[in-house]
Amino acid sequence: MLKDEDRIFKNLYNDLGWEIDSAIKRGDWFQTKDIISKGKDFIIKEIKNSELRGRGGAGFPTGLKLSFAPKEVGSRPHYLVINADESEPGTCKDRDILRFEPQKLIEGCLITSYAISAHTCYIYIRGEYFREGQRLQKAIDEAYEKNFLGKNACGSGWDLDIYLHYGAGAYICGEETALLESLEGNKGLPRLKPPFPALVGLYGCPTIVNNVETVAVIPTILKKGAKWFSSLGKPKNTGTKIFCISGNVNNPCNVEEEMGIPLKDLIEKHAGGVVGGWNNLQAVIPGGSSMPLLPKKLCDTITMDFDSLVKAKSGLGTAGVIVINKDQDIIKCMARIARFYKHESCGQCTPCREGCGWMWRILERMANGDATYKEIDLLQDVTKQIEGHTICAFGEGSAWPVQGLIRHFRKEIEKRCHEEPLVKKKANIPYLIDQHLLEKDSA
Amino acid sequence: MKKISKTQPELFEFSPENLKKAEIEINKYPKEKKASAVLALLYLVQEQNNNWIPLAGIKYVAKLLNVPYIKVYEVVTFYSMFNLSPVGKYFVQVCTTTPCMIRGAKKLTDVCKKYISKNQNELSENKICSWIEVECLGACVNAPMMQINQDYFEDLDESKTTEIIEKLLKDEFPTPGSATGRKNNSPEKGKTTLIEVKNA
Amino acid sequence: MPKITVNNKEVEFEEGMTVLQACELAGAEIPRFCYHERLSIAGNCRMCLVEMEKSAKPIASCAMPAADGMKIKTNTPFVDKARKGVMEFLLANHPLDCPVCDQGGECDLQDQSLFYGFDNSRYKENKRQVKEKYMGPLIKTQMTRCIHCTRCIRFATEVAGIPELGAIGRGEDTEITTYLEKSMESELSANVIDLCPVGALTSKPYAFEARPWDLKKTETIDVMDAIGSNIRVDTYGWEVKRVLPRVNEDINEEWISDKTRYACDGLLKQRIDSPYIREQGRLQKASWDEALKLLISKLKIYKPEEIAGIVGDLADLEMIYSFKSFFNKSLGSTNLECREDKIYINPKERMNYIFNSSIKGIEESDFILLVGTNPRLEATILNARIRKAYLKNKTKIYSICNPGDLTYPYESLGSSTHVIKEIESGQHEIFKKIKKSKKPIVIIGESALQGNSGAYVFETLKSFLLNNNFIRKDWKALNILSQNASKVGAIDLGFYSISNKNNFIFFDKLANDDFKFIYLLGADNINFEKKDKFIVYQGSHGDKGAEIADIILPGAAYTEKNGLFINLEGKLQNAYKASYPPGDAREDWIILKDIANMIKKPLGYNNVNKLRELIKKEIELEKNVDFDHTSQMNFVEKNISINPVDYYYTNVIARSSKVMNECKQLSKKLLFTGIEKAV
Ligand SMILES: Cc1cc2nc3c(=O)[nH]c(=O)nc-3n(C[C@H](O)[C@H](O)[C@H](O)COP(=O)(O)O)c2cc1C
Ligand code: SF4
Ligand code: FES
Repeated sequence: MLKDEDRIFKNLYNDLGWEIDSAIKRGDWFQTKDIISKGKDFIIKEIKNSELRGRGGAGFPTGLKLSFAPKEVGSRPHYLVINADESEPGTCKDRDILRFEPQKLIEGCLITSYAISAHTCYIYIRGEYFREGQRLQKAIDEAYEKNFLGKNACGSGWDLDIYLHYGAGAYICGEETALLESLEGNKGLPRLKPPFPALVGLYGCPTIVNNVETVAVIPTILKKGAKWFSSLGKPKNTGTKIFCISGNVNNPCNVEEEMGIPLKDLIEKHAGGVVGGWNNLQAVIPGGSSMPLLPKKLCDTITMDFDSLVKAKSGLGTAGVIVINKDQDIIKCMARIARFYKHESCGQCTPCREGCGWMWRILERMANGDATYKEIDLLQDVTKQIEGHTICAFGEGSAWPVQGLIRHFRKEIEKRCHEEPLVKKKANIPYLIDQHLLEKDSA
Repeated sequence: MKKISKTQPELFEFSPENLKKAEIEINKYPKEKKASAVLALLYLVQEQNNNWIPLAGIKYVAKLLNVPYIKVYEVVTFYSMFNLSPVGKYFVQVCTTTPCMIRGAKKLTDVCKKYISKNQNELSENKICSWIEVECLGACVNAPMMQINQDYFEDLDESKTTEIIEKLLKDEFPTPGSATGRKNNSPEKGKTTLIEVKNA
Repeated sequence: MPKITVNNKEVEFEEGMTVLQACELAGAEIPRFCYHERLSIAGNCRMCLVEMEKSAKPIASCAMPAADGMKIKTNTPFVDKARKGVMEFLLANHPLDCPVCDQGGECDLQDQSLFYGFDNSRYKENKRQVKEKYMGPLIKTQMTRCIHCTRCIRFATEVAGIPELGAIGRGEDTEITTYLEKSMESELSANVIDLCPVGALTSKPYAFEARPWDLKKTETIDVMDAIGSNIRVDTYGWEVKRVLPRVNEDINEEWISDKTRYACDGLLKQRIDSPYIREQGRLQKASWDEALKLLISKLKIYKPEEIAGIVGDLADLEMIYSFKSFFNKSLGSTNLECREDKIYINPKERMNYIFNSSIKGIEESDFILLVGTNPRLEATILNARIRKAYLKNKTKIYSICNPGDLTYPYESLGSSTHVIKEIESGQHEIFKKIKKSKKPIVIIGESALQGNSGAYVFETLKSFLLNNNFIRKDWKALNILSQNASKVGAIDLGFYSISNKNNFIFFDKLANDDFKFIYLLGADNINFEKKDKFIVYQGSHGDKGAEIADIILPGAAYTEKNGLFINLEGKLQNAYKASYPPGDAREDWIILKDIANMIKKPLGYNNVNKLRELIKKEIELEKNVDFDHTSQMNFVEKNISINPVDYYYTNVIARSSKVMNECKQLSKKLLFTGIEKAV
């Protein structure tokens, strides 16, 4: 288990106080000026060496991303945008950083902004996190008071302003280009890529979008060194990570752990085990609702890092671990997730707009025992027709959980399905396509 | 699609305080990018108008930011947090997405149905409360949970929810946070990490 | 040039092209719904997916910039499967109501489903129902059919410049609408009907009128304004069922104004289908023989100086030329006029009365000055080009006079003629800006040329431009914005009366009652008192002209004859006969030729080929007008005001149209989308 001294977020449970003075006691804003004085190249190189990967879901190498920002500032200003939209079901880690460790984020914003030559940073926070936003605003005000922000922030010679921008209830605004659209005052419709935000982002200017956790760990990495960070976890999957363990566990909680920790350890050691015991485990969604679930068999041995989970045809995503035990109807659980995606699709591209609702409706019928065997393959086809054909990764996010369900629980679904009514009853009304509805009454 | 209220106020205008707040919001963005403040301004409209946005408010914001009406209208209907018809003074939003669902969110909605109104988006008999189901509110570790106006109520069960709703119906605002008294997101039965940390 | 490989075939492409465009160069056709050359790229229908080497996912070719060395495949099973998937989604919630859909036969979705559709539907859920939306008298909506390509929204926002359409809601509940279902206010609104790839937006006036395959299609020219938009007229028997745009990159691209499209029902109404004679104050039907006999007997009474001829706004060159030779040769009169009002002309050079920069040239310009004109209402299509220039090059636009919302921002310089004086003398702030520009455009509207200050405005601006080398071989900044289809042609053919001292002799004589016999050739827009004048009206519609006439001769409308027109840029175009004149109506030049023959003073040609030969010769002839403009250049202080344009009512056809009438009534009480005009 990770030693407490290696944990970055020491105030994860607010034992110590979120105010700037306690934060400073914990080491925030310590040597910030010195770090900045080492220069942009040093900072980016150090982050590259630490092998930090984005905590927003995609796991993109952060150092590499920062290096995409143009070296010189041209006629257009650069922006840093912090993605605090945290809307992925099963995920509530950024919330704790925002309310209990805001100074880590703010300090991270200063260092990152400097590294990408931005003088303005927007934090896009989901609208529902109103209280967290208020807290964060207070923390920002505190930082201004101490001259850690504003002109010559923290004595670094770099000017930085941070502004808070509330979303208004749209999961899709977590997608970075949709987020930028939303920041510009539009509907959150993801943009076509290329061009990528690093070159054409907010207001058409070079913009780097990073997750809250990603930016909040940067100061500690620079203080303790890339070596320290990369010594934790596994190669290419380094460092620590906040895991959110929810669902059917005895003690649901957030916990900062080493990357690559076995899933079983995470659940048993920190979350008090599965309700009803490990053998009562049915499946785990390891990385927020977009990631395919893992059946118990895989959970026994899987470790929690990007690459192992990809190998198991799932993903670490946001590390929102949703534990589902055998008391739950797994099809219903996934149908509910499908409903979430149906509700949150932005609706601009065809496969996602039409496909998400379709998947949800089939799944609902499957859960209720109103579907036919044939429809399992149809459902699989629909997911395949969405996946990879959309503007943004929402398409994958909505298709994968369903694919995971079919992959691992096909037998379960089949149990509830029945033959095509025409076949079964030899009814001879071939033009009536709604036979399955009749079936329900007569069954 | 959101329903637009049939009864609409003729006029909408920011109160002087809100106008000041609006200015602060607008100043967050580059001068020629005022439109960025549209969400913030709509929140202010909603706040000033008993938690819902009248058509006059849409026009008002559009004019203030110099964008066409239809754009603001698009935005209002896209984001789920804007209400286009009146909601209760206490607006209860129950999360029913999978993590909450498997920890019993249905019991919460049943309580709402029983005490507030049979259907979502309907005012309670005494007109001060309404409820809806919403998608994940980002507090999954504290499931099941609900949001009332700005505050989160976490780690709920049937009786705790009933208590809360009954208070609301009496026009009292209950204490937000975890209903079991657990500390934020730490494991309920004792921390497993950060045992001995203290501020240096 | 960079190269791209499409289906193993290497082609060169231009920098900045998309993969879709490059594929087309290589001859690979790509299905699409949301993509449209003239609109911004949305990339949301996902129909144009192609396979790109090294990419695991198919890419949307419409949105992907082509790059050197790319390897694209458009015909693999992978691509086919992806497109079939998209098609299935599109059809999932699309109603299967083709038999009752007006788009049937011209529907992109219908066409593409032949290639990518399955033979049966796997979608067993209930189909989505979307309420139809009111968008005004022109556009019929059936929003359940919408496939959310957003072409209509992009058109309204980008080309028409009035952001009045939007998609509300989100996900599968997204709906296209105007703000609270108000009617569309753009004069280009109906182009969304052509853009809509399915039957969601269809033509309201044309609803259930015909099936496209039953119609006869004639490619011709529009006459509703001086633009000369290229159109296609679809007829069923005599009736013109609808008017559609044709592509002409130089003129209307592929848009037409709502008036061009929808005034056509005016061709069926108020028609003059037989000659009439006024007897005891009342108009009585008559035979051609009776009418012409009466006409000839009257002609004998008056002296040539007492006879005047006015040609109307919809006349083709055949009419104008015949009318002129009829007056000059057969009647010996030179009292001719094509202007409706006292609008200054200087016909000495052709450059003085045409739009020299050309409509297409607007796109290149870096400075535009409008002088007393509202191009949005006077020449809608040209206005769209100005907007395009504004979008493309951020062209700065200034205006003398304040014409209201033009769909692009402009700076008003006030309306006094002083401004022109200051510009000429270099005192005005924009003097420097013009000087600095490379390709400035000055657009002078008819309102600026009106009355006693018109000469000063025109001649001063012209000499200013000449002196500053803005009228040169490769660029002529001087532009006149004519409002009528017949105007430039009539001036080309010399159909006006001016003298060195007086540009408006005709109007003065008219006011003076010098004319006793007036022959109106489709002229309805000129104001004068009838008194004891004898008036002949020859034309197609019973309107203002016919009302005061003593003899009415029925003529053909623009869709009922072949004719030549010169548009405001001076382009000669052919209009073709799509239908035939109703009843006893005849082509106008033939009527004139017959009268000339009857009075034994023939015009010298008996067939249209000969006539056209003469016309072309006349147009090409070096202008040798004896006109001295120098005496007219004295400063006249005045506030120029723009004559209000009753947009939906500018000519007899439009005034007879029920649809135009509806638009006019509606526009009066319209809820505007614009910010400052908002109610
Ligand atoms: C549908 C969708 C929703 C997303 N939601 C979030 C989110 O809520 N928070 C977040 O940080 N990233 C979210 N992302 C990921 C972002 O697009 C982006 O990858 C991330 O902000 C990059 O930050 P990182 O490099 O620090 O991970 C989402 C992506 C998609 C496709
Ligand atoms: S995949 Fe879905 S969410 Fe993403 S752009 Fe397309 S419609 Fe919007
Ligand atoms: S044409 Fe390319 S996505 Fe629609």
